[in-house]
Amino acid sequence: MIMQPASTEIASRTAAIVQELKGLEGPLLPILHGIQEEFGHVPHDALPVIAEALNISRAEVHGVVTFYHDYRSEPAGRHVLKVCQAEACQSMGSDVIAAKLKQLLGIGFHETARDGSVTLEPVYCLGLCACAPSAMLDGAVIGRLDDEKLDEIVAEVRS
Amino acid sequence: MTPRIYIPGDSGALALGAEKVAKAIEKELADRGIEAKIVRNGSRGAYFLEPMVEVATENGRVAYGPVKPYDVKSLFDSGFLTGGHHKRWLGAPDKIPFLARQTRLTFARCGVINPLSLDHYKAHGGLKGLHNAVAMAPAEIVKQVTESGLRGRGGAGFPTGIKWKTVLDTTADKKYIVCNADEGDSATFADRMIMEGDPFVLIEGMAIAGVATGATKGFVYIRSEYPHAVAMMQKAVEAARKAGLLGLNVLGSANAFDIEIRVGAGAYVCGEETSLLNSLEGKRGVVRAKPPLPAIQGLFGKPTVINNVISLASVPIIMDKGAAFYKDFGMGRSRGTIPIQIAGNVRYGGLFEAAFGMTLGEIVDDIGGGTATGRPVKAVQVGGPLGAYFPRSLFDTPFDYEAFAAKDGLIGHAGITVFDDTADMLKQARFAMEFCAVESCGKCTPCRIGSTRGVETIDKIARGIEPEKQIELVTDLCNTMKFGSLCALGGFTPYPVMSAINHFREDFKPAPVAEAAE
Repeated sequence: MIMQPASTEIASRTAAIVQELKGLEGPLLPILHGIQEEFGHVPHDALPVIAEALNISRAEVHGVVTFYHDYRSEPAGRHVLKVCQAEACQSMGSDVIAAKLKQLLGIGFHETARDGSVTLEPVYCLGLCACAPSAMLDGAVIGRLDDEKLDEIVAEVRS
Repeated sequence: MTPRIYIPGDSGALALGAEKVAKAIEKELADRGIEAKIVRNGSRGAYFLEPMVEVATENGRVAYGPVKPYDVKSLFDSGFLTGGHHKRWLGAPDKIPFLARQTRLTFARCGVINPLSLDHYKAHGGLKGLHNAVAMAPAEIVKQVTESGLRGRGGAGFPTGIKWKTVLDTTADKKYIVCNADEGDSATFADRMIMEGDPFVLIEGMAIAGVATGATKGFVYIRSEYPHAVAMMQKAVEAARKAGLLGLNVLGSANAFDIEIRVGAGAYVCGEETSLLNSLEGKRGVVRAKPPLPAIQGLFGKPTVINNVISLASVPIIMDKGAAFYKDFGMGRSRGTIPIQIAGNVRYGGLFEAAFGMTLGEIVDDIGGGTATGRPVKAVQVGGPLGAYFPRSLFDTPFDYEAFAAKDGLIGHAGITVFDDTADMLKQARFAMEFCAVESCGKCTPCRIGSTRGVETIDKIARGIEPEKQIELVTDLCNTMKFGSLCALGGFTPYPVMSAINHFREDFKPAPVAEAAE
């Protein structure tokens, strides 16, 4: 179980991020990125703080947060594994790779393992199309996935 | 002379183990007490040879690849620091056939120089274009770009100079240059490569655009799936500021121009220019209706040049060598060079910059060497998720905007995905519709609803429920999406769907039921 900070703490940490970034032109996305980096997700309690500081409605902030795939409403696992499912990787069997990973990790896409070790996500292109099939583990890129590399990935997220 | 070793830091090379190779080389140098300088260059784009390590010798650079960490010891034993022979020896990199056959204008420095060294950049012809531009009248610069015949490399192929002219001619207190680096199309990695391998060429191109149109602020909107490119661009912008390339006086001139790097948040549709502008403004990435054109009312309602990475990165060479030089390459109304990205199930995958006009067959068979699996090529998708699937019978199509349009396809961002004969084209058509449904911004009905109905209808074909009737329905639906959608997402999804149906009809026949077999 991942401990979540109390709402007053979220509010004060959010306010600090907003204060730092609100001078940018069109600051909302950079602020949301900052919040996600701080908390690992965009907590619900952060939204009213942002809305008030930017003088926009909560609904607007909510609308933006939910439009973009990157913003999480819940914290992710300790590791985040993104597996490319776009055409170039499809041509090299990315569906088989994804099925194997799901089986090895015991979770589906957009799910986090019960021990909180890893979150599995599909991604649509990492720009590694000439080294397909590809994946990204905690920001590190991996190309030409095969059984051996899958085993290494699984060992790493479980360690 | 201290030996100099080049090990790519490009994410494609990293994905193939370049970091482990670098560590092994560092360790070997330390163990042997050899002093050497390691340069983390970009990739030259021959991904089948990555990680490709190069050493600078008295007779020029010598390449080795693909290097595995366990090769490192034997490389040193073979005297690779002076170009010694080894089973991974490739010789002079520019003599490697895949690279020797290219015409590198935009990517001339990519993989050659240290991406963050302005000295390297200048030593390889960098900044000449901007120096020329600051000495010219804005209208003169725009004229050069127009005459070069450069068209938007992001996919739409709109003449870059015309866009710039509109912004130049529109009076406003503030104007913007926005670089669309939201390269989300599968099979494309040219933007990523240039941002990681030669970031200053993009900065120079944007600064020229600023000087040409009177814009003082630039944004580079990079997709979040490219963390390495984001980091590299941020470092390069800082270095450019320090060197006076950006700031209140660009290269000491009276022109002010600065750049800010912004990161997307995983929405494919933000690669569409108007939804990208909304995203930059901090809104949902919903498509805007045109008119007004972004060139007149773009970012924050101000006149805005919005160009793709490769379009902007092609400008410095045009301003350096002149419009006529650039225009000399290519065919018909497609002038200059295009970085073709050969990807997917292909033997020699990578980036191949060439003048327009090569045929699809030459690219896939001669350059790409057929499939990686060794099976026959069944289809190639050109132009990403919104591009058409081409069968072998259309491999004589020359790489040219108009020629592709005439075959109901598009060049898009010039990415080519190769599929072998195990590909199921019904599955690919369904994926195109599904992708559109997931990524639709929701603003217009044909895209939002049409894509979902498309998935359902294709599923009926797969189940053998009145397939002929369903194909008719999908065709009609595609027609509505093509002409009724606000942007290219809904408007171009019919390309992969209809090309799959038209060229690979056998995949849309229901699977024979066991009892029916005689």
